[in-house]
Amino acid sequence: MTNVVLSAENLSIGYPARRRQCRVIAKDLQLHLRRGEVVCLLGPNGAGKSTLLRTLTGMQPPLAGRIWLDGQDLSAFNARELARRMSVVLTERVEVGPLTAYALVALGRHPYTDWTGRLRPHDEAIVRWALEAVHAAHLARRMVYELSDGERQRIMVARALAQEPLVMVLDEPTAFLDLPRRVEIMQLLRRLAREARQAIILSTHDLELALNMADVLWLLTADGTFYCGAPEDLVLKGVLETIFADTGMVFDRMRGQFRMHQTMRRRANLTGDGLAKIWTARALERAGWQVVELPPAEAHVTIIGDNHQPSWELSVNGAPKQQFTSLYAVVHWLQQQCQEEEQHERHARATDCA
Amino acid sequence: MTDRAYQTTNDAAVTPWPRLGLRPLAIVAMALSMLGAFVLSLSLGSVRIPPDQVLTILLGGEAERASWTTIIYDFRLPKAMTATLAGAALSVSGLQMQTLFRNPLADPFVLGVSSGASLGVALVVLGVGAANTALLSVVGLLSNFTLAAAASLGAAAVLMLVLILAHRVQHSVTLLILGLMIGYLTSAVVSLLLYFSIAERIQAYIAWSFGSFGGVTWAQLRVLAPAIGIGLLLAIALTKSLNALLLGEAYARSMGVDIRRARFGIVASGALLAGAVTAFCGPIAFLGLAVPHLCRALLRSADHRLLIPACIFIGATTALLADLVAQAPTMSVVFPLNAITSLLGAPTVIWIILRRGVQRGTFGV
Repeated sequence: MTNVVLSAENLSIGYPARRRQCRVIAKDLQLHLRRGEVVCLLGPNGAGKSTLLRTLTGMQPPLAGRIWLDGQDLSAFNARELARRMSVVLTERVEVGPLTAYALVALGRHPYTDWTGRLRPHDEAIVRWALEAVHAAHLARRMVYELSDGERQRIMVARALAQEPLVMVLDEPTAFLDLPRRVEIMQLLRRLAREARQAIILSTHDLELALNMADVLWLLTADGTFYCGAPEDLVLKGVLETIFADTGMVFDRMRGQFRMHQTMRRRANLTGDGLAKIWTARALERAGWQVVELPPAEAHVTIIGDNHQPSWELSVNGAPKQQFTSLYAVVHWLQQQCQEEEQHERHARATDCA
Repeated sequence: MTDRAYQTTNDAAVTPWPRLGLRPLAIVAMALSMLGAFVLSLSLGSVRIPPDQVLTILLGGEAERASWTTIIYDFRLPKAMTATLAGAALSVSGLQMQTLFRNPLADPFVLGVSSGASLGVALVVLGVGAANTALLSVVGLLSNFTLAAAASLGAAAVLMLVLILAHRVQHSVTLLILGLMIGYLTSAVVSLLLYFSIAERIQAYIAWSFGSFGGVTWAQLRVLAPAIGIGLLLAIALTKSLNALLLGEAYARSMGVDIRRARFGIVASGALLAGAVTAFCGPIAFLGLAVPHLCRALLRSADHRLLIPACIFIGATTALLADLVAQAPTMSVVFPLNAITSLLGAPTVIWIILRRGVQRGTFGV
């Protein structure tokens, strides 16, 4: 296949330790990145995401194997030639002093300008294009320290773009952003990949966003195993379930979501349909009730009314039915019933002993 | 990426794009202020010489009084030139250190160069002299080349050490800590020497540590001026790397900066500038810390293409003015230069730091 801009053969990453021994984090990695692809690198803290990114960007030598960038061995590039093919956005929040957003993006032209750093008209055109590509043209005159975290991160992406890289590498670019800003950055990267055919590697902890927007997932586990493939392929193979099996998270293959793992001690029989049913089931599961379609069950929940204004009818262990108008009230009442029941049991056990 | 069209939309017509100009007007104004301060420092003193007479003498003309020509050429001109060079050198060196270490409190002396110089001077004044008291009179020592030579040797020794380390360590912070430790070590040795020395020698050492632009002769200027010239040229050549280092070493490396070479160059020029000044003028406090902050606040920019010329001109102006104040033209006393630079410098830094916005702008918080 053509258009491969970055690849790695039999790559081993890690650190050289004392007495000629190495701390290997992962070995025999085979990696490919094509133009226009977004790769999300996932893995728990300490699995070696940053080490892999540092190795791929040439900041740290590989323990074994080779990395190819633009058809040449990565280690053969000098700093300037490498900077013309690869740019980075790092997790750390940069403090640059009194510098405008425009000047910051213009720093991205560093590998192209002469020793004075003067911008030619062509450089200026690329800086402006980069600012518009991240929808930040209106921020150009603002000081970097006046920007919000989300705006600042967009400017950092623009700076990386101004470097005209073949590959852009982002280390947890959404780490300190709130959810809307995270989605915004992810959408921005997705758009750059599609429209500007930019190849992008980013590490993230945002599993669900990664599942939605990545072309390829690279999964590094704590024991050094590496999985790679389209997110959907990995879901079908059950890889995600395996990886997160012992973390208290359960990957729901049907929904494509992660859930907190809970032991479900009671069953609730749910009747109803549509949106109201889906969200009622979620509320019940959160409260620790397993939702079943058919009896037997300890509780019976019936959704009455339409999806716009639902209400709920409940009975527990054959007790008289109760009506509720919100799921909050439903969950609250179910929990109360359980607690009363448990108190009864405890009381009964205590009298037995006596 | 040749297939990308770098077309920008017409939004630019509505909000014009900013320009990263070199602000020639501001820089020229700063240069003029330096020239003004230079003439003023030649004109004022125990004998007042009118500025037009100063210019006549400088241009080789006949002054109203012959003694004025002597005063200008033998005393005030070398002092003013020393102040100009020292102010420019310390400010540029301070700017380099603040950017390299990404620390607003860094100054030219963080690398320990001035500690090395003071150790050299202390050894000569307090140590060697103790062996043969009769040979060297303390007053003779002060005006002697020996003092400058001892300070130069001390500064050079630390400079070499720091350069070797700069080439070997991974992170610049390591250099910062090493510089601090060198400072502690030398001050420990100096205090030991002080403890075992006699009063006259201690006084001579303290007089040196007050700092002065006055003791530099024309012969010494022939060493000082080229050293500072080389340091400044090196600093100018490294402007682009300094701009990249604003984002930190990792980003700078990713933008094509050869970090080890850039750091070596910056440390070499910064230490050379600080070392040369300290060797001939003593440890001049605060200029190197305050002037870069002042320039950033005046220009509202962190671009070193602006800041380096600004630091040269504003640094020289400040040094000339501080020297003028220390001379106290209307009084018959001369104040210690360091007291004046600190009295002027500390409030400046406080004022800059307390201004809202600039506080965050001048590196973090």
